[in-house]
Amino acid sequence: MKRHLANTYLVLVFIILYAPILFLIVYSFSQGDTMTNYHGFTWRHYQTLFSDARMLAIVANTLLVALLSSLIATLIGTLGALSINRTTKRVTRESLLTLNNVLMVSPDVIIGASFLIFFTMLKIPLGFGSVLMSHIAFEIPIVVLMVLPRLREMSTSMLDAAQDLGATTRQLLSRVIIPFISPGIFAGFFMALTYSLDDFAVTFFVTGNGFSTLSVEIYSRARQGINLEINALSGVMFLFSLLLVGGYYWIQQASQKRKHRKREVVS
Amino acid sequence: MTNRKTWLYFIPYGLWLALFVIAPVGLIIYQSFFDLGHHFTVANYGTYFQSATYLKMTLNSVWYAFLITLFTVLISYPTAYFLHQLKHRQFWLLLVILPTWINILLKAYAFIGIFSQAGLANQFLTFIGIGPQQILFTNASFIFVATYIQIPFMILPIFNALDDLNPAFINASKDLGASAWQTFHRVIFPLTLPGVKAGVQAVFIPSLSLFMLTRLIGGNKVITLGTAIEEHFLTTMNWGMGSTIGVVLIVAMIIVMTLTGDQKPKGGTPR
Repeated sequence: MKRHLANTYLVLVFIILYAPILFLIVYSFSQGDTMTNYHGFTWRHYQTLFSDARMLAIVANTLLVALLSSLIATLIGTLGALSINRTTKRVTRESLLTLNNVLMVSPDVIIGASFLIFFTMLKIPLGFGSVLMSHIAFEIPIVVLMVLPRLREMSTSMLDAAQDLGATTRQLLSRVIIPFISPGIFAGFFMALTYSLDDFAVTFFVTGNGFSTLSVEIYSRARQGINLEINALSGVMFLFSLLLVGGYYWIQQASQKRKHRKREVVS
Repeated sequence: MTNRKTWLYFIPYGLWLALFVIAPVGLIIYQSFFDLGHHFTVANYGTYFQSATYLKMTLNSVWYAFLITLFTVLISYPTAYFLHQLKHRQFWLLLVILPTWINILLKAYAFIGIFSQAGLANQFLTFIGIGPQQILFTNASFIFVATYIQIPFMILPIFNALDDLNPAFINASKDLGASAWQTFHRVIFPLTLPGVKAGVQAVFIPSLSLFMLTRLIGGNKVITLGTAIEEHFLTTMNWGMGSTIGVVLIVAMIIVMTLTGDQKPKGGTPR
């Protein structure tokens, strides 16, 4: 009986979580122009979407910013995690971690507003460059947080062994450390990617006039009212997120399996 | 030699810390001391603390963030609890997280459709005999959509706290004759409180600063601290005042963090 109640509750929560998303996608196939009555199946809105040159350019921009910023953030973040892990003093480590987390906990508006002041003071023009830099900036801490636990798991005897066998710092990094922490690096990269794709507020502040990303474009179109082309877009983006989640899940599973296997070898 | 070399690896990260963490926070504090004519002044703080409008707006914003957080906890705790008892719980948890990967703007946009005059919500109200109501652009719709967006961020930390909970405690409590409610109330809930606190941290602060939801769903009736900052920076171009509100938001954030931070005594201190 109790189990029954619990399951009903869970079903309700899942319905609420998914209803709006399904609602959007269902209406992307409606022949009407509003999200009120379903008028029969059509691919029309998807055709409009794929022939909308402005929208396609914005999609390309968004993907470019996301990929480029995540790559750079992963690089800098991994280096950062390596340096934090090397610190011997507890105070230094704690203060570095606190500073690292400032952007994680700051509200988006604060990050956006302060970056806007920063770019304006340095006379950096607002546009692709400023958006890219901002995205790199707010993605770095999550990469650090994803890589650090893997570094902590790494046993020092492995590093000592490599050094005793004559490995240089570079070899130590490329042959021992990086392969070991690669699951963390991949997880960090994926998280950075989603942060970038999901961001609205920070981009909205630092984007200026000429450059736009998907979130900003959806915002300005949504303010003008319902347009089923956005529904078609959400259908495409939902599919894309599913693929990303699938990829992330797969990497996690794979790394867990590897851990398992190693444990079996050890025991 | 090795030490100097490894120090080089720190440079990009260190530059990021200096340029994008320390400098912006410093700049927003610095900017809050300038008026529209670029003169150094503390007038912004004077205006803020003497104006009934600003103070009321702040209180309102805190109140709405509190309500959103409260509703999120009330919905998320049972969800996390029941979810944790399921067989394939990691899979179901992934399904909870999946909606957070959908762009937040799209979710807000969905609610514009659902809550519109002839939308799904009103069709339902008409069906059960209440008749269509104005739903979009009300405070209630703002709270509803904000809660909807925050739920997964609350479920996740509570779920993790439940996962960390040693089942031996629950068994011990049952063996000692505690009822199901007593076990929950005296053992499970206190031990998962850190998860709730982490969730409150993840929900309350963003709720203070959500500005697109107040525009798209709230119809500008609710002005949060975030909306005010956005308005000062991008519409009226009064960066000084915007930064002042930003500093207030940062202070609010620090207060929330200290209140919800873990009060675990640091290990090693002798009693």
